[in-house]
Amino acid sequence: MMLLPCPWCGPRAAEEFGYLGEASKRPDPQQATPREWRNYLYLRNNVAGWTSERWYHRMGCRRYLTVQRHTVTNEVRSATPPVVRTGDS
Amino acid sequence: MAERRLMTGRGNGRPARYSALALLRHGVTGNGWSRAWRRHELENSYDVVIVGGGVHGLATAYYLAHNHGITNVAVVEKGYIGSGGSGRNTAILRSNYLTPEGVRFYDRSLQLYRRLAEELNYNVMFSRRGHLTLAHNDTSLRTMRWRAEVNKLSGVNSEVIDADAVKHLVPYLDTSPHARYPVLGALWHPPGGIIRHDAVVWGYARAADALGVHIHQETEVTGIDVEHGRVTGVDTTRGRISAPVVVNATAGWSSLISAMAGVRLPVQTFPLQAAVTEPVRPFLHTVVVSGTLHVYMSQTDRGEIVFGASVDPFASYSSRGSLDFLEGLASHVLELMPSLATLRVLRQWAGLCDMTPDFAPIMGPTEVDGFLVDVGWGTYGFKAGPVSGEAMAECIATGRTPTLISSFSLRRFAEGELVGEKGAAAVGH
Repeated sequence: MMLLPCPWCGPRAAEEFGYLGEASKRPDPQQATPREWRNYLYLRNNVAGWTSERWYHRMGCRRYLTVQRHTVTNEVRSATPPVVRTGDS
Repeated sequence: MAERRLMTGRGNGRPARYSALALLRHGVTGNGWSRAWRRHELENSYDVVIVGGGVHGLATAYYLAHNHGITNVAVVEKGYIGSGGSGRNTAILRSNYLTPEGVRFYDRSLQLYRRLAEELNYNVMFSRRGHLTLAHNDTSLRTMRWRAEVNKLSGVNSEVIDADAVKHLVPYLDTSPHARYPVLGALWHPPGGIIRHDAVVWGYARAADALGVHIHQETEVTGIDVEHGRVTGVDTTRGRISAPVVVNATAGWSSLISAMAGVRLPVQTFPLQAAVTEPVRPFLHTVVVSGTLHVYMSQTDRGEIVFGASVDPFASYSSRGSLDFLEGLASHVLELMPSLATLRVLRQWAGLCDMTPDFAPIMGPTEVDGFLVDVGWGTYGFKAGPVSGEAMAECIATGRTPTLISSFSLRRFAEGELVGEKGAAAVGH
């Protein structure tokens, strides 16, 4: 069983969370070309190693978090509140 | 080089015959069988290097040699052949897909599977026992009618049957209207069945080897050389190979191999778990699938019940089994067949699946000349092995993408032309 250390609820079983995938930067929808937008939608790095990803505590505090996880061993290094982005980041 | 070829014993083009007489002779004399495929020194160059020694890579090598006369081919495998998804799937064959391109494609694969034992002179134990997909609600029933009509238009035998007919086919199934998920009907697909997956891998390996293909096991690719947008070769743990054509057929690891050539894929790797029980007397004569309950099951020739489910809930390269999976599986199986409650699970395992956003594969050329992919096989790669090998071989030999796989190009994602096979490709979504 994999535990995620939720910053608000403490360590909880991974089954309580929804997995949202690799953390990636969304291009500006007003500026992006269709090709750039589709690359953002579909292409993934899919690394075998440490990666930064988004999870959602659907059976707990219902907040979003950023998790650092090793995709080969499933070791979790940290789970933190997501960085709040400003409009131009 | 001639000397080395002599030492490694390149064959006369004909694989050893297996027969009842040969079995008796070997049994009496106690002499060992000759190797089904040989070990070779790594050559400095090949015409085609195929990365990944699973059913897709080996079938591609076989059809390159057999259909197109291209025999200077190497299959490079990190572990032993069939050690990835080819040896970990639940060995189910079917062609009852939802989209016309999917149905045509998988039907061709099933046709190749039907005469594979004869073609390879290797017993692949295809048991054509029929495939049953249960409907537990109106929505599934509607999708099944749709699938049956699409199938019939392509000449594929599929029909929707009612709960009584389901009970007749699988008497042990709980078809009572009081079940938590009552069985309303099913999509019945008689051409489907199961096969011995290892034998398919070994059969292709033996036949490819006999035609001159080199199979390099325990040889890991560590880099892919690209010059001016063209692939020039691969680096391996046993040395460099120069080659004008490199094929990526590495399923769960396909993102990592493609990244070596600078190609990003719309792929995420998810583990898919399966389990097998102790053997019991034959009682289950078809493949049974329930999308609502996320489970598929069949009984092997040895009597074991093989179960599969949907992929794990998050992306990972770990092939460890989990208790969550086993608990979920057991509860779902018992919804369908309460009488299996006393059956013991012998073992469980996981394979790595390269999932794409539209549940369809990615086949053919990439933006790097000479670097081809046969990836994105998700949870449905095994049943497509023969047709993928045939189509990829044609693609390599002629330089043109066969019509059968043209809708599976990597370009479709940038162009927004997704396939939409989600409704029929796998359970659990």
